[in-house]
Amino acid sequence: MEPTREVLLDLHRRMVRIRLFEEAAGRLAEKGQLPGFLHLYVGEEAVASGVCANLTNADSITSTHRGHGHLVAKGGQFRPMMAELMGKATGYCNGKGGSMHISSLELGMLGANGIVGAGSPIAVGAAFSHKYRDDGNVAVAFFGDGATNIGAFHEAANMACALQLPIVFACENNEYGEFTRRDKTMAITDIVDRAQGYGMPGVIVDGMDAVAVYEAAAEAVARARAGKGPTLLEAKTYRFYNHHGVQNLGLKYRPDSEVEVWKQRDPIFTLEARLITLNVMSAEDATAEWDLQRSDIADAIAFAEASPLPDQDQLLEDVYTKMIPVMA
Amino acid sequence: MSDTTEVRSLSYVMAFNEAVRLSMRADESIFCAGEDIGAFGGVFGTYGGLQKEFGERRVVDTPISEQAIIGLGVGSSVSGLRPIVDLMFMDFVCVALDQIVNQAAKLKYMFGGKATLPLTITMAGGAGLSAAAQHSQSLEALLCHIPGLKVVYPSNPYDMKGLMVSCIRENNPTVMVKHKRLLGMTGPVPEDLYAIPLGVADVKRPGKDVTVVSFGRMANESLAAADVLASEGIDCEVIDPRTLQPFDTATVVESARKTHRVIVVHEAVRFGGIGAEIAAQIQEEAFDFLDAPVGRIGAPFSPVPFSPALEKHYVPDAISIATGIRNLLGRPVPGA
Repeated sequence: MEPTREVLLDLHRRMVRIRLFEEAAGRLAEKGQLPGFLHLYVGEEAVASGVCANLTNADSITSTHRGHGHLVAKGGQFRPMMAELMGKATGYCNGKGGSMHISSLELGMLGANGIVGAGSPIAVGAAFSHKYRDDGNVAVAFFGDGATNIGAFHEAANMACALQLPIVFACENNEYGEFTRRDKTMAITDIVDRAQGYGMPGVIVDGMDAVAVYEAAAEAVARARAGKGPTLLEAKTYRFYNHHGVQNLGLKYRPDSEVEVWKQRDPIFTLEARLITLNVMSAEDATAEWDLQRSDIADAIAFAEASPLPDQDQLLEDVYTKMIPVMA
Repeated sequence: MSDTTEVRSLSYVMAFNEAVRLSMRADESIFCAGEDIGAFGGVFGTYGGLQKEFGERRVVDTPISEQAIIGLGVGSSVSGLRPIVDLMFMDFVCVALDQIVNQAAKLKYMFGGKATLPLTITMAGGAGLSAAAQHSQSLEALLCHIPGLKVVYPSNPYDMKGLMVSCIRENNPTVMVKHKRLLGMTGPVPEDLYAIPLGVADVKRPGKDVTVVSFGRMANESLAAADVLASEGIDCEVIDPRTLQPFDTATVVESARKTHRVIVVHEAVRFGGIGAEIAAQIQEEAFDFLDAPVGRIGAPFSPVPFSPALEKHYVPDAISIATGIRNLLGRPVPGA
């Protein structure tokens, strides 16, 4: 399905928002203003944006340790996101989750996840809910190439196919599992080769091309909504920064020349050039969009910095849902 | 429980089954999923007949995929359903540990309280069937150590039904452990839907000389030991906590202050067992009332053996419990 002008602008906006959020987070981390680990999504924006542009808030997604992009693409607001990264009480998780567990159930974002591969079984559960209620909604499990080497992924893929659940398995193949090249850890080149083993279609898409991702995801999501079962979507992509933190060049496990080649295919600038050529937006429109989102980021950082830290009395809150005693 | 309800004899396994059945009739958001629970009815008949009544939509046969089974429960509970997922054997917790410990137990907290997981995980625990080292374990201490989980372990049919109803109604991830050797145990069970609150211990036998804290099958063995000791003039108070997490410390401490002697009995290995935690809590809260160190009876530190000849020495029973209580009290063995 050829995306409309509105969809193209929407894809651009989602990607710009992800990029600016991540760059800002990276700068704050460099200054020591973010506690904990930080896994940046820069370079992979087309995947989350292209997939989530096909979803509503009622659809569910599960995410990864590299999860900010998924939340932004699902409609996450910068203020509670930035506050969460700073461990503030006003964050999406009241400061209890941080970068690796950021979530918004209202937006159908069932959490970033610190355990590689753990999101897929949870997405299966969400997809089961949608089928059980027959509500027409779907679940999308985002995960990386590395996650397809862990048992949880295989159990989830098989169960989803056995139960014919409305789910899309969206693999972000960025060629590295943490600090190890993908080809050192699997004997196949394409993750989609695994799809056939479970009885679902596997589709490869250029993960640096937001429109291509959007179109492939549209088909997979439509298939799920129509009750025709799961799809494995593999987006070939690349992270511009290190596994964690902000270093991009001079890393021991991947050559700088490789990074430079991928950066030439920057998904945002590629789309932007295309939209300008197609007269969907002007260069001025593009600049205005970046400026608009930059001001949103500045506002969010100011909000987060001014926000209170959680009170000590919050430490033991939310371990359990409080129950009204049920007597016999 | 209402006064009008019919009370008849029912087995432990059918009390479980009835709790699920009545709860499912009352709440459309409840479904069950697990290996062999549908057409087959579960390896111990625990889910027998449920698929026939509720259909394949609500009683789901899953692949042998414990991580995905718990994930199914996590994802569906956090998105509004009330799943009951079955792991068959308690030993299989180890296969699904990430989804139980890192996901189910922590999601609510990690999400700043915004998630609710009304999830029940059922499993059969305990030894005594020559099921050997991978199908006989008692791993409750491991589960009780994880903030976010609740752990329930009934010792008789009446408690089973009432506690299982509470597990299903519970808005937190809750582990219901059924003891394999109790599945055929019968006892009075009302026909209606009643709930026993979680976290409330039951004094199964009042007594004044020594407090015996025990749960699951060991609660019954402890009661049998108490009968033997009664003939020797030892009056045991047997307390069944029924829920291990949260643990009803108050009831146990109150008893300890009365009897001045406490022994904890469980089937799990003694080292690092929940008896160690219970003993520590008693000593923190009732040290000045104790006339002896808190005793512990449990399995020796080995995997569960296969041969019945070995297994009978592994699992505590009424005889070894009675011996342990006599030793705690410094009483001679009769006739010795």
